[in-house]
Amino acid sequence: MQLKINDEISSPLWELEWKMKRFIGFIKKEFYHIFRDRRSLFILFGMPIAQILLFGFAITNEINNVNIAILDHSKDASTGEIINKISASKYFTVKQILTRETDIETAFKKGKIKAVLNFEKDFSRNLIAEKRATIQIITDATDPNTANSITNYINAILQNYQQEKNRTIAVEYQIVPQTRMVYNPELKSVFMFVPGVMTIILMLVSAMMTSISITREKELGTMEILLVSPLKPFQVIIGKVVPYIFLSIINASVIVLLSIFIFKMPVQGSLFLLGLESVLFIITSLALGILISTIAETQQAAMMISLMGLMLPVILLSGFIFPVASMPVPLQIISNIIPAKWFIIIIKGIMLKGVGMAYVWKETLILIGMTIFFIGLSIKKYKIRLE
Amino acid sequence: MKEENVIEADQLTKTFGEFTAVNAISFEVKKGEIFGFLGANGAGKTTAMKMLIGISKPSAGKAAVAGFDVYSQPESIKKNIGYMSQRFALYDDLTVKENITFFGGIYGLSRKKLREKREQLISELGLENISNKLVGSLPLGWKQKLAFSVSLLHGPKIVFLDEPTGGVDPITRRHFWEMIYKAADQGTTIFVTTHYMDEAEYCDRVSIMVEGKIEALDTPKKLKEQFKVDSMNDVFLKLARIPSPTLPKGKGENTDCN
Repeated sequence: MQLKINDEISSPLWELEWKMKRFIGFIKKEFYHIFRDRRSLFILFGMPIAQILLFGFAITNEINNVNIAILDHSKDASTGEIINKISASKYFTVKQILTRETDIETAFKKGKIKAVLNFEKDFSRNLIAEKRATIQIITDATDPNTANSITNYINAILQNYQQEKNRTIAVEYQIVPQTRMVYNPELKSVFMFVPGVMTIILMLVSAMMTSISITREKELGTMEILLVSPLKPFQVIIGKVVPYIFLSIINASVIVLLSIFIFKMPVQGSLFLLGLESVLFIITSLALGILISTIAETQQAAMMISLMGLMLPVILLSGFIFPVASMPVPLQIISNIIPAKWFIIIIKGIMLKGVGMAYVWKETLILIGMTIFFIGLSIKKYKIRLE
Repeated sequence: MKEENVIEADQLTKTFGEFTAVNAISFEVKKGEIFGFLGANGAGKTTAMKMLIGISKPSAGKAAVAGFDVYSQPESIKKNIGYMSQRFALYDDLTVKENITFFGGIYGLSRKKLREKREQLISELGLENISNKLVGSLPLGWKQKLAFSVSLLHGPKIVFLDEPTGGVDPITRRHFWEMIYKAADQGTTIFVTTHYMDEAEYCDRVSIMVEGKIEALDTPKKLKEQFKVDSMNDVFLKLARIPSPTLPKGKGENTDCN
């Protein structure tokens, strides 16, 4: 039996051209889907920018212009100097001068101030005569992290004041700690968030969007049509995935550019390596997305699995916000199976420490291994469905 | 395989664990024939069809479609068949033209041929004015006619239609069957599943599946004589042994999901 179409594809060169054309047609169609759907467009382009700006400007661990109140029972030279020193720093603003102990409670309840400095009576005299004077630092610990930071900052200012005073007096011995914060000397929290946000966005775009777009074809019945066509299943999947690789690379670049130009985040290491590792993580996420689409039958299910199964662990367990080292041991063990954890280590290393492949090869290998595992599992699941 | 037969199934079987969805069915379909594949929901129609179009592997038996073996040459089968599923299956967010271009493209039509076919198809269906509109905005009947035309785009030897007229009004169904006749006249073999018994009357031959087996296979006329009834509906009721007291009457809007 002679076949018309079979005759046409007899020459290998023609066949290659035919395949390329088919592939380009497929990708074109995928871009139509993306650009005609406002929801996808928002997730693809609105979300990354919104997230990075949000994390960069709004959510911060730094303390800046914290309002404090002073209760000064001595009102002498030393307390004056200390108060001046504190209000001169950019960290604190003296908002209120209290006169009685009972005012402290009221001041906190109004919520305008975060800390109160309570100088004891005869502060200067005690300092000189008894070599010892006390200040009570009272902080609002409804936000424990901030309270901790405030206490540390005030302590540091007091230490500094003491050292200045002691310079004129000979002390027999003294320990002078010299602290130096490396890799992020200004302790900017945006430096911590950028790698995390980049990870979340790449995960979201790659895994969630691909799993939704594949399950959508299943839901609409077009997947069946594609499988009955001469396209092979893996060609269908690759055709669906390639557009998202492009979009994810664009997204990653936008995030890196935003963090360099708006937040002045340095990229110490090689941009090329950063790009390569990002592409690797994009592929890992795509593989996860494909795996999700073999499990989920509907778009909604795919979205739920992506959000609950991927986003939550990424936010909570990857070390993005909560340091892995201070987690309970079982969670630390679980965190190892989260690809995002390894990617965050890699990009923090490259962006902030400027390390090269020699320091991140282990994490890179883990990501490659996970990718192969996810792809293998998807193929296996897919075959079972066909049988 | 005889020259005339484009589908041959011999003892074709599909089991899922303990459950036998398709139980040793055998039949032939001749070139240019309109072959009705009837059965209640869950009778095994869709499963049988999936084996013939190469997306499900048979558990036992033999089958050949367009001269190719379903086990070893599913890729060749796919190039020679068209398929339209019971769920309307074009892309709603693509225009009429884009849909035609896409589906023509995945079957490897050359650009020139694709353009010719596209113009021809659009003018045949009278879609000139709306060829740049999104398919999602068309009425269901038009979408289905368009989907059928798209499944014929690459000139397949056989078209498999899985409940193609579900949910459309009688007039559109009538038009749809006119299109089917036209395609059959041009030598395309039509393999159609349906649960509308009036449509069964339009087929050259029908087979009726009950619980995974083909219980009857002949022309509608002979089947009516054989069962001594006036309509295909009565033939079907006699064979399918419904209404059953415990089961609601098969309404058939649901997906055949075995």
